[in-house]
Amino acid sequence: MALLPEEVRRIALLARFELKEEEIAPFTDKLSTILDMVEQMSNVDTSHVSPLSHPLDIHQRLREDVVTVFNSRELFQSIAPDVLAGLYLVPQVIE
Amino acid sequence: MVEWEVVIGLEVHTQLATKTKLFEGAPTAYGAEPNTQAGLLTLAMPGTLPVLNREAVKMAVKFGLGVGAKINATSVFERKNYFYPDLPKGYQISQFYTPVVAEGYLDVILDEGEVKRIGITRAHLEEDAGKSLHEDFHGMTGIDLNRAGIPLLEIVSEPDLRSAKEAVAYLKTLHSLVRYLGISDGNMQEGSFRCDANVSVRPKGSDVLGTRAEIKNVNSFRFVEKAINYEIQRQIALIEEGGTVIQETRLYDSDRDETRSMRGKEGANDYRYFPDPDLLPVVFDDSFVEEVRKTLPELPAKKRERFKEQYGLADYDAAVLSTSRDLADYFEEVVRVSAASPKLCANWVMVELGAVLNKTNTDITQPPVSASALGILIQRVQDNTVSGKIAKTVFEAMVAGEGEADDIIAKRGLRQVTDSAAIERWVEEVLKANPAQVEEYRSGKERVFGFLVGQVMKASKGQANPQQLNEVLLKKLTQ
Repeated sequence: MALLPEEVRRIALLARFELKEEEIAPFTDKLSTILDMVEQMSNVDTSHVSPLSHPLDIHQRLREDVVTVFNSRELFQSIAPDVLAGLYLVPQVIE
Repeated sequence: MVEWEVVIGLEVHTQLATKTKLFEGAPTAYGAEPNTQAGLLTLAMPGTLPVLNREAVKMAVKFGLGVGAKINATSVFERKNYFYPDLPKGYQISQFYTPVVAEGYLDVILDEGEVKRIGITRAHLEEDAGKSLHEDFHGMTGIDLNRAGIPLLEIVSEPDLRSAKEAVAYLKTLHSLVRYLGISDGNMQEGSFRCDANVSVRPKGSDVLGTRAEIKNVNSFRFVEKAINYEIQRQIALIEEGGTVIQETRLYDSDRDETRSMRGKEGANDYRYFPDPDLLPVVFDDSFVEEVRKTLPELPAKKRERFKEQYGLADYDAAVLSTSRDLADYFEEVVRVSAASPKLCANWVMVELGAVLNKTNTDITQPPVSASALGILIQRVQDNTVSGKIAKTVFEAMVAGEGEADDIIAKRGLRQVTDSAAIERWVEEVLKANPAQVEEYRSGKERVFGFLVGQVMKASKGQANPQQLNEVLLKKLTQ
């Protein structure tokens, strides 16, 4: 399955990868090769197989609703690039 | 002229009233200092793993049972991928293909008393996002992650609603239900109950759905109604002018009472859902569901019917008094303590207490007068200690914090006089002082009677028993 360069640009954007223009073509080829390999699996009849959401055949264990995590803001914010009045500061996200 | 039909489906996000977050043991209390309730998992530190909160799952199942839904014995958590700083992981853990709750319904009472069944497509668990603060932080955005990870139940209705009014009736019913179930405080100001509306129009009689717009950011019942009505008019006007509605997200601006397109976001959404490999499938056995079923309270519709049957209340009174569990419990306690007629109690709760709650902008969870105190006051009306009118004065004093009904009655000397000798004395005084009116009455002008009753009542400082007063006055006048 051959990807188009626009699709690769879009995948890069969604994944927040910054690709240089000259990287688009090689990535398009390599990703297409991976998809070709995956596509071989489409030949297998899976109509009797229900989708697998997890390879382990066990169930989720549930946690009691009890507070076990206490305030460590000072510690956590000591490695943050920028904080103010208890808030983490990030580059402006509103348009 | 084409007649248009409106089609509305609602998505409600309700915060579940758990003590801790959906996947981490950090507290969920509202109003804490920024980022003091965000642990390593919420901050997406490497090496952390989500562990599902049992209580949140129970609440979701409880909701499902409350709307007669199918509970999926196996459900899976998926990742909804997007980058935004209010969710540091880069994805929201949600449910897409297999929600906990599927195919339920809610019976909604419309204005005319008609009951309409609204389908509930699904309800699923997911985590809330943090808050972005766009005030001026030197050109930066401030992030508070206390809300990130709080469990949400997203409740999706079928496109069964046909007007803004119906949408609001559905929302109010749903709001009442989640509070009855005790799964959410439903506080809309604090964002515990938020609504997105999918609105489209089509020519009446068509069975093809029109293109819908999704309205976000509506946080009160009143605004939901206004936003939907605006959107309906916008779409009809657009189509009638030859335009086409485009599928998009629109924000409601309550200051200008309009919806506005959030352009720029279109096409950017590609959530690439896939099962979260950090979480195993959730599987309940029947006993888990049965255990939750045992905790179900009496639900609003059932309570309403019981109030009509057990207390002989009218439709309207039964509906009002069963809107919230707190109000219903309050009413039942008043009836129990007063041992008076339920109709009388209903009036006191709805009219007198209701007026005070309205005036002070409080609700029944913080009543100015306790149910048992009001019950005792109504008992004093029932046993003729005070008249209904004087009881209102006593009630005002109780609201003002002057004490219990009996203290106020004693302190202010408001006890109703049933001593017939005393009443006769007041009547005679009044007759002597108003000979002209007495003459008028005796010559056939019977409406003077009301005036004389008022005078006697005044002479008794409102304390004469009204029935006795009437009887004595009539007797004296016709002698």
